Amino acid sequence: MGDSQYSFSLTTFSPSGKLVQIEHALTAVGSGQTSLGIKASNGVVIATEKKLPSILVDEASVQKIQNLTPNIGVVYSGMGPDFRVLVRKSRKQAEQYLRLYKEPIPVTQLVRETATVIQEFTQSGGVRPFGVSLLVAGYDDKGPQLYQVDPSGSYFSWKASAMGKNVSNAKTFLEKRYTEDMELDDAIHTAILTLKEGFEGEVSSKNIEIGKIGADKVFRVLTPAEIDDYLAEVE
Amino acid sequence: MSIFEYNGSAVVAMVGKNCFAIASDRRLGVQLQTIATDFQRISKIHDRVFIGLSGLATDVQTLYQRLVFRHKLYQLREERDMKPETFASLVSAIIYEKRFGPYLCQPVIAGLGEDDKPFICTMDSIGAKELAKDFVVSGTASESLYGACEAMYKPDMEAEELFETISQALLSSVDRDCLSGWGGHVYVVTPTEIKERILKGRMD
Repeated sequence: MGDSQYSFSLTTFSPSGKLVQIEHALTAVGSGQTSLGIKASNGVVIATEKKLPSILVDEASVQKIQNLTPNIGVVYSGMGPDFRVLVRKSRKQAEQYLRLYKEPIPVTQLVRETATVIQEFTQSGGVRPFGVSLLVAGYDDKGPQLYQVDPSGSYFSWKASAMGKNVSNAKTFLEKRYTEDMELDDAIHTAILTLKEGFEGEVSSKNIEIGKIGADKVFRVLTPAEIDDYLAEVE
Repeated sequence: MSIFEYNGSAVVAMVGKNCFAIASDRRLGVQLQTIATDFQRISKIHDRVFIGLSGLATDVQTLYQRLVFRHKLYQLREERDMKPETFASLVSAIIYEKRFGPYLCQPVIAGLGEDDKPFICTMDSIGAKELAKDFVVSGTASESLYGACEAMYKPDMEAEELFETISQALLSSVDRDCLSGWGGHVYVVTPTEIKERILKGRMD
């Protein structure tokens, strides 16, 4: 990577002290499909819109929410292919940690290492920053956790957060609806209602995706049938 | 003479009731000559994990320094101490990195895990872990130590009785080994305190 004519960084400072490429990356995230996450007292839920470019696309083959480890899951807003690369790298880092310590990686450590990778792409030669923001949901010895990671590599722990197209409406809705002692099922209902807020058209189990993790410490993507059940409860 | 017998060493760890004891001899020799009688083979990684290293003294010291380095970084990054099982896995991985030019030591790891459950293990010089429920031994006096521990050990001993048992096992074993001895260094660790004691045995 460093031995070509592009061994200089493409991400350079502007006179105002901003990294313009990262600003543009955030714009790419901001025009991506809405995703959100809510941390409950006994678990975490993450959800996203799954608007496919055409009705001919086989929606069962598209999975936007992925596992990084059995007890950590992730969703994104922004560029799908960039997300795939990060998922692959994070999964490898989690497995390397497991191999070294024979202990599953704590959520904070995995988030930090993923964020380090993202930051490296803002300061290396011949590469561009990632055009995704991630929401990482996990449950370990410290309890349920929800982290957001930005294209700059900065990460924050959230009680509830949203990203993508409808971010400001979604966040306002979440601010009103969030309570500290919310349980996981309530959080899933709130997540669905938040997605509905900015949704163009009718929310169904075919055009949203929900992943959850509870005190059982197993991250799982809900099946369309389960989503239908929650949608019925919300009506 | 094997390189593992160049400096002479004896290390033993035993499990008690919610406590453990780890002990070593104090002799540092260069083959038949005794150079020091206060060599430290057991070191504290943190309040609940100890490691004793037998074998070539230079590797004992270097490996200890590397492990402390790794643990300090772990503590800073993860804001917690390493569990003994995790530490043992780390030691095994670090040792195996040198598979074809190994550290000439055999570690003995002892610690208190979750719920104050004692944990001991040993490994060979290329990282093969051996967990035990009762005792583990290592060093030039290991054969005598196996015999002494097997005879003297009983499960669920309290801290004081464990101290007596491990001390007797250590002293009687090093007396049968010309390369180890010159007293003993015993740590008895319970959830509330760490008791360090020096033993005076046959000073030869």
